[in-house]
Amino acid sequence: MTDDQTNRTLVLGIGNLLWADEGFGVRCVEALHRHHILPEAVTLMDGGTQGLYLVQHVRAADALLVFDAVDYGLTPGEMIVVRGADVPRFTGAKKMSLHQTGFQDVLSAADLMGGAPARLTLIGVQAADLETWGGPLSEPVRARLDEAVRLAVAELAAWGLGAPIRPDPLPEGAAGLLAPGLDLAAFEGRPRAFPPA
Amino acid sequence: MSTMSTPNGFTLDTAGRRVVVDPVTRIEGHLRLELNVDDDNVVRNAVSTGTMWRGLELILKGRDPRDAWAFTQRICGVCTGTHALTSVRAVEDALGIDIPANANTIRNIMQLTLYVHDHLVHFYHLHALDWVDVVSALSADPKQTSALAQSISSWPMSSPGYFRDLQGRLKAFVDSGQLGPFRNAYWGHPAYRLPPEANLMAVAHYLEALDFQKEIVKIHAIFGGKNPHPNWLVGGVPCPINLDGTGAVGAINMERLNMVGSIIDQSVAFIEQVYIPDLLAIASVYKDWMHGGGLSSMNLLSYGDMPARPNDYSADSLMLPRGAIVGGDLSTVHEVDLKDPQQIQEFVMHSWYRYPDESQGLHPFDGVTEPAFQLGPNTDGDATRINAVDEAAKYSWLKAPRWRGHAMEVGPLARFVIGYAQGKPEFKEPVEATLRHLDVPVSALFSTLGRTAARGLECQWAAHALKAEFQTLIATLKAGDTATANTDLWAPSTWPKSARGAGFTEAPRGALGHWVEIENTKIKNYQCVVPTTWNGSPRDPAGNIGAFEAALLDTPLHDPEQPLEILRTIHSFDPCLACSTHVMTPDGRERSSVVVR
Repeated sequence: MTDDQTNRTLVLGIGNLLWADEGFGVRCVEALHRHHILPEAVTLMDGGTQGLYLVQHVRAADALLVFDAVDYGLTPGEMIVVRGADVPRFTGAKKMSLHQTGFQDVLSAADLMGGAPARLTLIGVQAADLETWGGPLSEPVRARLDEAVRLAVAELAAWGLGAPIRPDPLPEGAAGLLAPGLDLAAFEGRPRAFPPA
Repeated sequence: MSTMSTPNGFTLDTAGRRVVVDPVTRIEGHLRLELNVDDDNVVRNAVSTGTMWRGLELILKGRDPRDAWAFTQRICGVCTGTHALTSVRAVEDALGIDIPANANTIRNIMQLTLYVHDHLVHFYHLHALDWVDVVSALSADPKQTSALAQSISSWPMSSPGYFRDLQGRLKAFVDSGQLGPFRNAYWGHPAYRLPPEANLMAVAHYLEALDFQKEIVKIHAIFGGKNPHPNWLVGGVPCPINLDGTGAVGAINMERLNMVGSIIDQSVAFIEQVYIPDLLAIASVYKDWMHGGGLSSMNLLSYGDMPARPNDYSADSLMLPRGAIVGGDLSTVHEVDLKDPQQIQEFVMHSWYRYPDESQGLHPFDGVTEPAFQLGPNTDGDATRINAVDEAAKYSWLKAPRWRGHAMEVGPLARFVIGYAQGKPEFKEPVEATLRHLDVPVSALFSTLGRTAARGLECQWAAHALKAEFQTLIATLKAGDTATANTDLWAPSTWPKSARGAGFTEAPRGALGHWVEIENTKIKNYQCVVPTTWNGSPRDPAGNIGAFEAALLDTPLHDPEQPLEILRTIHSFDPCLACSTHVMTPDGRERSSVVVR
């Protein structure tokens, strides 16, 4: 992302890859990257669990599309699309650790500093499994990856940004977005870790 | 019998009311504290419970050791780089891979950048709110705030108009009902003591720091190829250097290096004109709040970091000091060896893991991570809802690491006291100047505020060390040495059939070690002992309590329902808890709950 570009759009996947459905947001960005050609003005970002450190990327964007696992009390795997002011903003100072800074804090900090994106859309999936350390995406959540990507492409289209399908998808683990071994196929291509308790 | 003495010299009394502070999260929290308070609301027993399993070793088993850094980087969103660096060092140690001089310098630059960034963000965006009452800032007089700011620093953003505008923005924010980053705290708590003007000044700097930190991480993006999640490489660093290049993708050129130099200068200015003056101003108001010392006056541990000479990880070569202090004896700094089976050991008698013999500790090379969740007979509640743990039994997902059997505190205060004890002027002089400025004795170091002050001084040290390392890099590059990676042993066919190694760093929050065992080119065992495992550890078979538990003892609480004093002390350790609380809820869930029984 260069500083002088106008109408910048950030597509951000957030969550912890090591934690089953927590990794959904990042997996969506990975899938979007593999299957679609994004225009120059769009930045794809694996935000991981960077918390407050994402605030500058959010402030630098005019439009922000976020993929994340959510807990809206829905059926596991159910998708939601939330726009603008309906995307929750919340921060708390009673955290035990800086590392508990959720993405909501980032949005709220961007508001306070000025420069929250004019357009904001959250594409979320109701998580089923947030407890299996090293685990794969749960089946109901994995089944929604394609749909999440389709919803994102439609949202970008509504923003005037075309994202055509790549004639040949990038190979699994294609360089650039995720470090070696962290792509979905490599990560899950082995027995999962034992869940606690 | 409700009273007992621990071998490391503390008295625990469980007679009083139990207070539970537990971050409520979707996945059963991370760190939970249970305290017993006496009739005067003074903490007499403290129990630190890591409520989350994270056996990374099980995820890494069977993987390519050259990829391990990328997985360890995901343990936590904030300490990403330091885990990655520790991991590549462990693999290089196992396989006998030397790195080029530039790679060592660039790794030091990456690590020092992390220090500058992490300490600054920790102070303003987590810890300051334990001392600064944001709501009180609304009643500050902007003119007096300006006078205060100008009396402690030459930082230019200090006019009455600046503070008036900021106060207006803050007021609009609060009036909108959302309070932004400041919701859900103990505003108005009597333990807050700063005048409104100091609070307004600090809120201004909170926002300035948040804006400025984005500059610092550009250094990570330049040398690590991207940010977030910069790249690392076994054998060196993954950034080719082409001084004559003009912005070729991925290569470092003079233009980018000039940008790094400029960011370093801005960092020094921000730390010296904003962070340190704020720290001293806050400390001067709270300097009689001398709680939270815990183990710091007794047992301190640092592995050291930032090798001055490439591939030399001996204490001599390390710019951040290495050593152990035991029993408060500052005249002796013990040598530390990560591979000596007698030194670092982890115990699980009070942890939810199983060992063949739980009276014994295991060195990480022999580490076992076999979960065994089981609640003690005196637990109040059951596995689905724990009202109070039974600390006489297993009560934490953290193991209990010990150094030669001692519970140790790790972190900036440990490093500074060890450097001070070694008589190193770069640590001794700033400590003495700070004590003089605040007019407090050396013993004041061993407290919550001492920990906080050490972090600030270390941030300043790191910014200057960063500048020096950057100058070293430029000089080496200009002399024609642009090598950044050694790929001689990249191919697994060059590796021995089996090998093991230990890698270490000092993470901003304390000593971090990774131990790797490689067999037939794959990871056979991998153990991480992280700083918060040292500080937040449960008890060991002998009954020694860890740093969090010790630090909370004897702290008076104004109101156990609003344990601001507890958060203050825990925050001063900058605890690292694996990140996974990023699931959104529609209303913004409360992060932390307090229950008093």
